[in-house]
Amino acid sequence: MSRRANMLFALVLAPVLALISSGSALAEEAQRWAVNMPKGVTPVSNTIYDIHMITFWICVVIGVLVFGVMFYSMFAHRKSRGAVAANFHENTTAEIVWTVIPALILVVMAIPATTALLDVYDTAEAEMDVKITGYQWKWQYEYLGEDVAYMSELATPESEIYNTAPKSQYYLQEVSAPLVIPAKTKVRFLITAKDVIHSWWVPDLGVKKDAIPGFVTESWAYVEEPGIYRGECAELCGKGHAFMPIVVNVLEKEEYNAWLGEKKAEVAAIRELAKKTFTMEELMVKGKEAYDRSCASCHMGNGEGIPGVFPGLKEGSAAVGPVATHLDVVVNGVAGTAMQAFGGQLSEVDLAAIITYERNAWGNDTGDVVQPIDILKFKQGQ
Amino acid sequence: MAHGPAKGIGRWLFTTNHKDIGTLYLWFSFAMFLLGGFFAMVIRAELFEPGMQIIKPEFFNQMTTMHGLVMVFGAIMPAFVGLANWMIPMMIGAPDMALPRMNNLSFWILPFAFALLASTLFMEGGAPNFGWTFYAPLSTTYAPDTVNYFIFGVHIMGASSIMGSINIIATVLNMRAPGMTLMKMPMFVWTWLITAFLLIAVMPVLAGAVTMMLMDINFGTSFFDAAGGGDPVLFQHVFWFFGHPEVYIIILPAFGVISHIIPTFSRKPLFGYSSMVYATASIAFLSFIVWAHHMFLVGMPIGGELYFMYATMLIAVPTAAKVFNWISTMFRGSITYETPMLFAIAFVILFTIGGFTGLMLAIAPADVQYHDSYFVVAHFHYVMVAGAVFSGTAAVYYWLPKWCGKMYDETMGKVQFWISFVGFNITFFPQHFLGLAGMPRRYADYALQFSDWNMISSIGAFMYGAAQLLFMFNVIRTIRSGTPVSEPKTWEGAEGLEWTVATPAPYHTFSTPPEVK
Amino acid sequence: MSASPVRKTLVKSLFGVVGMFVFAVFIMPPLYDVFCEITGIGGKTGGRYQVTDAGIDTTRTVKVQFIATNNGAMPWDFSPSVHEVIVHPGAPTEVAFYAKNRTGRDMVAQAIPSLTPFNAAEYFHKTECFCFNQQPLEAGKEADMPLVFIVDKDLPKSVKTITLSYTLFDVTGRTTKTTASNNSNYKEPVALLD
Repeated sequence: MSRRANMLFALVLAPVLALISSGSALAEEAQRWAVNMPKGVTPVSNTIYDIHMITFWICVVIGVLVFGVMFYSMFAHRKSRGAVAANFHENTTAEIVWTVIPALILVVMAIPATTALLDVYDTAEAEMDVKITGYQWKWQYEYLGEDVAYMSELATPESEIYNTAPKSQYYLQEVSAPLVIPAKTKVRFLITAKDVIHSWWVPDLGVKKDAIPGFVTESWAYVEEPGIYRGECAELCGKGHAFMPIVVNVLEKEEYNAWLGEKKAEVAAIRELAKKTFTMEELMVKGKEAYDRSCASCHMGNGEGIPGVFPGLKEGSAAVGPVATHLDVVVNGVAGTAMQAFGGQLSEVDLAAIITYERNAWGNDTGDVVQPIDILKFKQGQ
Repeated sequence: MAHGPAKGIGRWLFTTNHKDIGTLYLWFSFAMFLLGGFFAMVIRAELFEPGMQIIKPEFFNQMTTMHGLVMVFGAIMPAFVGLANWMIPMMIGAPDMALPRMNNLSFWILPFAFALLASTLFMEGGAPNFGWTFYAPLSTTYAPDTVNYFIFGVHIMGASSIMGSINIIATVLNMRAPGMTLMKMPMFVWTWLITAFLLIAVMPVLAGAVTMMLMDINFGTSFFDAAGGGDPVLFQHVFWFFGHPEVYIIILPAFGVISHIIPTFSRKPLFGYSSMVYATASIAFLSFIVWAHHMFLVGMPIGGELYFMYATMLIAVPTAAKVFNWISTMFRGSITYETPMLFAIAFVILFTIGGFTGLMLAIAPADVQYHDSYFVVAHFHYVMVAGAVFSGTAAVYYWLPKWCGKMYDETMGKVQFWISFVGFNITFFPQHFLGLAGMPRRYADYALQFSDWNMISSIGAFMYGAAQLLFMFNVIRTIRSGTPVSEPKTWEGAEGLEWTVATPAPYHTFSTPPEVK
Repeated sequence: MSASPVRKTLVKSLFGVVGMFVFAVFIMPPLYDVFCEITGIGGKTGGRYQVTDAGIDTTRTVKVQFIATNNGAMPWDFSPSVHEVIVHPGAPTEVAFYAKNRTGRDMVAQAIPSLTPFNAAEYFHKTECFCFNQQPLEAGKEADMPLVFIVDKDLPKSVKTITLSYTLFDVTGRTTKTTASNNSNYKEPVALLD
């Protein structure tokens, strides 16, 4: 019953309420019932918007004219109105006219389309480069020349997806770590993929480019205004296609430099942290958080996986077998399957926490504790 | 020599009669339409609200893939082959198709292929889940084991189409009644002749693509795998070299049907017959040289991208000419609005809207925002559903009396039309908004700002689906107990050899060829 | 028995069908490769280059950046020793890529290059590249893999930055490819699937 009430509300009342409510609420409602492309915050996104609107209005005008003639005929030439059929069935002049005029309209459209495309392709002389790698099912961002790289994965909890918790405002559009770039800077994106084809799309930036494994593609953006801009993966890439959003946080240049400095310090700090020893409780808490973020999408929150597709992590699995094998699977992945090499993606602290959590959660209770230093040593081959 | 049909199931298994085979194709395609429609209902039910309520994302990907495969290869293409089988021999005054036994084989391998494809839903690893466009490496290195059955099914279905096309070409080129020159052929025959050449040219390319996939998956080759020196983008080129002509294969016969229905119900000859033929041929030719507009974002150099943009925009010219010709046919006619005409008029309006969004998509810079979004989904459903499916539905209402000698219920037909028309638009018009607002396609779940249009779209989908059940009810009831009609020329304004034979059409027609002036 | 014109149509059509299939499988892939080589599409940079002594253009410099990606579950450490170099067109330059096999088993890798912008691909010549051959590394071993390249003097003046990307693929024991559930490449005796 309430669902029908919801529908009625959505169909009738929402637009009405939107009109009479305050400005900010109007913006929220407007975002909900959006009917058009955003103008965006880059010169390219604005150029694209303009050519989209030009093409749209040309089509509307042509449609009104053509359908106008047709509707007139449908009304005036009805047999029930006494219309008697004429007999004409060709007119070469008319044919020529309605072939040439559309062709001319197309030529006129092609000119701004060409200059717009040249803009989209103009990646030369960028001020900074970011490498973007599409993974199943998350993104990795690497700042070329800055030794800063991190994963960016969906932060929306599974409970919201499976309807056991209410959905937050940025449901499916929030990530663990956004891409951060400076405003008023020409940023070049070098895009590739680790496994299958993905596509990096941020509508407000006017950027979309396919990420192809084994190949690099490029795009660029010059963002005028600081702000948070959200995007999506735009090429079917498996079960997590809808669950690997993009968030770009554009900061003023000074703030960006400060952020970059902090990020570099963070990288150093994590290396320091890796030498520390944690308690079982600390590892379990951190492990659950990291597991839910990076592992649960395949192995599920309850560790049961999906039979036949993603293994469970309980009886008979690597999580209750020898520690060295478990480490190998998580750090090095499993060639030929969907299990990636997380050694290159997560910090030693996260890896130690996840492995400890997997070995002790869900009744596994091995009592094993893995420290970050164990991960470091394993990676170094001892 | 002529005798009536055989008795029992043997009749249907062994028939070489073009009318029987047409009937088999039409019933099969309708069953596939309901199956593909069922998958669509699952999709729209899941997308009714954000969150995963009914199915898991991995199953959702199987639904979208199977919906596309079943609709394109199991519903639309066989439906128009069925119409071709029924009508082409009668339209050209031939007794049957040129190769009647091959005709039987062409049909019977189809139920086998689609049973195999549908059975993958119940196999370990699930049905194909990589989209009906099955890009590598998602469909090769990362595919479920059922991919090999998928490839086998595609090969069989492709063989069916190729055999059917050869049959049509052989029939049309060699068996026209004396006096029927090519430029006197009905438009449905012309559009099918051109379509058959397209099929012969590109179905083998699809077979090539899936064979290369098979070899990459099972025999260690690297056509599409960068590790061995191959390229996933090569797959896209080969696929779309097939894929773009494929969409014209779908729509050209639909154009042909409209070119029969509008003159009949306007009581006026088709306007500009020769330019309609030349426009169809130009569209077919152009369809070969525009494929990469499906690939504007793979990283093509700008010269290539500009070429494909210009070539794609060009197709609008002959297509627009056809629309103008249909409208000129209606203009100063004497129009009545029986159900076939309602569907035909809706075709002209809605297909044109789909054509406009196609033109927008051709603009490569704008495609940066449209590509792989719901804007594309809206576009192709406008041209394929409001285009091809409406045309096929119109054809059934139009020719059903000739096939079975009974008239369908006109009021029910009009109701079915209106529910379809309204339901279709409620389903797909909002999808333009979703795409422009930033929702990608093949998404099992979505952010909250996309909720409202998704809910409305799902409501429309259920409405449209219900209308198809009403269609089935009308057709079956007509066949079993409809009002008998026996006028050869069932419709006042109908012209053509098919309207000179008795109603219902005898089992064998034109055993002696007619004289065509 | 079908009429002779019908049989002729059938035979011609079948030739067409077979011809298009042969075209798709045997002609399109090599045609595509040739097209890519000529135009630089996909950034494929071609095989070993024979050095000619064309001299060095000291009037301008070009920035060459390097990026490295592990494909799939490839677990090696793989990174360029420098992330960019500034070179004169015509001057041979050597850089190294560091790779380490962190696992407990011997593996073989294949590096695949991809270069952007595409119009620079035909002007980027490799005289020595670890991508020409498969690279074996025993368990725990590391290596510095060399790349020696020359940027052609005829590189269009508009190109000031070239980005060379290498993707590392695991080709250990590769004779047949795998689908998602067939992990025959994995040699450790652990039951991973329940």
